[in-house]
Amino acid sequence: MHFPDIVCSKGEDLLILGQSGTGKTTLLHLLAGLRKPTKGNISLAGRELSTLSGSRLDKFRGIHVGIVFQTPHFVKSLTVWENLMLPAYFSGTKPDKGRANELLTRLGIDHKKNANPGSLSIGEQQRLGIARALIHKPAVVFADEPTSALDDTNTLAVIQLLKETAADSKSALVIVTHDNRLKTHFQNIIIL
Amino acid sequence: MNLIGIARKNLIRSWSGSLLSILLLMFGVAGILLLLKVERQLNERFERNIKGINLVLGAPGSPLQLILSAVYQIDAPTGNISAPKANFLIKNPLIEKAIPLAYGDNYGGYRIVGSTPAYIDHYEAKISQGRMFENNMEVVLGASTAKNSGLKIGDTFYSAHGFDDTQDVHKNVSFTVVGILENSGSVLDQLIICTIESVWMVHPPEEGAEPKREYTAVLLKQRNPTAMVTLPEMAKLNGMQTALPSIEMNRLTQNFGIGKTVLQNVAGSIILLSLLSIFVSLLSSLKDRKYELAIMRTMGAGRGKLFALIQLEGLILSIIGFVLGYLLSLFGLWLFSRLLESEFKYTMAFFNPGLLEIWVLAATVIVGLTASLLPAIKASATDISQTLNNE
Repeated sequence: MHFPDIVCSKGEDLLILGQSGTGKTTLLHLLAGLRKPTKGNISLAGRELSTLSGSRLDKFRGIHVGIVFQTPHFVKSLTVWENLMLPAYFSGTKPDKGRANELLTRLGIDHKKNANPGSLSIGEQQRLGIARALIHKPAVVFADEPTSALDDTNTLAVIQLLKETAADSKSALVIVTHDNRLKTHFQNIIIL
Repeated sequence: MNLIGIARKNLIRSWSGSLLSILLLMFGVAGILLLLKVERQLNERFERNIKGINLVLGAPGSPLQLILSAVYQIDAPTGNISAPKANFLIKNPLIEKAIPLAYGDNYGGYRIVGSTPAYIDHYEAKISQGRMFENNMEVVLGASTAKNSGLKIGDTFYSAHGFDDTQDVHKNVSFTVVGILENSGSVLDQLIICTIESVWMVHPPEEGAEPKREYTAVLLKQRNPTAMVTLPEMAKLNGMQTALPSIEMNRLTQNFGIGKTVLQNVAGSIILLSLLSIFVSLLSSLKDRKYELAIMRTMGAGRGKLFALIQLEGLILSIIGFVLGYLLSLFGLWLFSRLLESEFKYTMAFFNPGLLEIWVLAATVIVGLTASLLPAIKASATDISQTLNNE
């Protein structure tokens, strides 16, 4: 698979559109450092990813990258709040409890703090996934098909949330999707 | 939030598998601890009682019975022997020490043994209260006897014939308690000890007859091994027998040994099953958790963290299993010691923890870590990209 050169600067949004089979998820995994490219370079937060490996890459990813998955998965044995504390724990940074509270309130799920994530509605889970990706103010937030399962109203809400919260923490936002509805919300668009 | 917290919550979430693993470990650990502790205590006790006694002289019959009754006071005697004849035999330069014993009566299940202060000195028991018996019909109590029989210094009591029958009470003369012995960890602890003549006085001859001067057994320590050759022959010629405590006890423990091996194998198999149970339970919970493991990795958890998480889960299971198994073994030992106490008036120091527990703990931890090794390797090998692509 080949991909064009892609640049997204701090605080900017980027939409990557592509039909199924065009390697969208592969591209996202490459950009986020979950896979290694056979050719070419990926640079993130001023660092060439190929220079990192093993647990150093894991740490780097934990600190600088946030990912919103198509289907949000959580650590099932932990509560909503505990799941939000995980990124800080795994990346070895101090958990920002004030920010966690603020995000939960803004996303309207602060009353579910002590609930099991499995008991949340799909919409709530989606919002918790966004909160988890942004809790540590990463340099880049990647979102993989965040809206494909949502209706128009909810799609709009989720995109706005993503853009707002990303802008708020000065994170670059990269969305990978086949959802043409999103076109109207972004200026920087790459079509695969 | 830390790795131990996550591991703990994961185990609670997959509680049925965790519970099965813990229960199996608990029973396995309890079984092993119980067996080893009982064996060790009995061996210690057996050896302590047998120390310094090479030979026992008594009436003909089963040599094992003679040893059990004369040395350990847990069986009926084989009969009595004539004191003058026995005295003649043991007045022998080959014999270094001879402790005559006359017994056959009890008070409340505690055996009354007539002997000399040499009997008490042999086990290095000291008087803790009162004084040593000096006159006939004075007794000193072993430590457990004093604790459990209800007798105190100054009390008087009648002895009863036999070892547990309180029907046939000798009401002609009464005993008086004059002293209490310190705990010596020996057979003395559960006895009531007096002079030989006191025992004779309780059993008066029929009117006109000569008083019966009899011993039940004599504990002997030889000066050199030649006694082993000549004494048995001489005893036989005089209608007595000699028995070797070490040989009889070896024979006995060998018979115990078979049962012990069987029980040990059963307990060992249960522990192996628990290993399997931990393995299966962790492996199946991994299936349920493969996405969250991948997501932990995207959040910065390295392979080492995931490996440690699963090993920690195995470790927690094994430690809980050990603790519960240890408590269960204490309960089992308590039951067993109560049985020993009511049946044989034996009191045992089962509850002192020692190196044994540490070894069993180490073994249990190894079981937990071994069982979770493969699941931990599997978890740490999670390929993030592949796993997340398969949703």
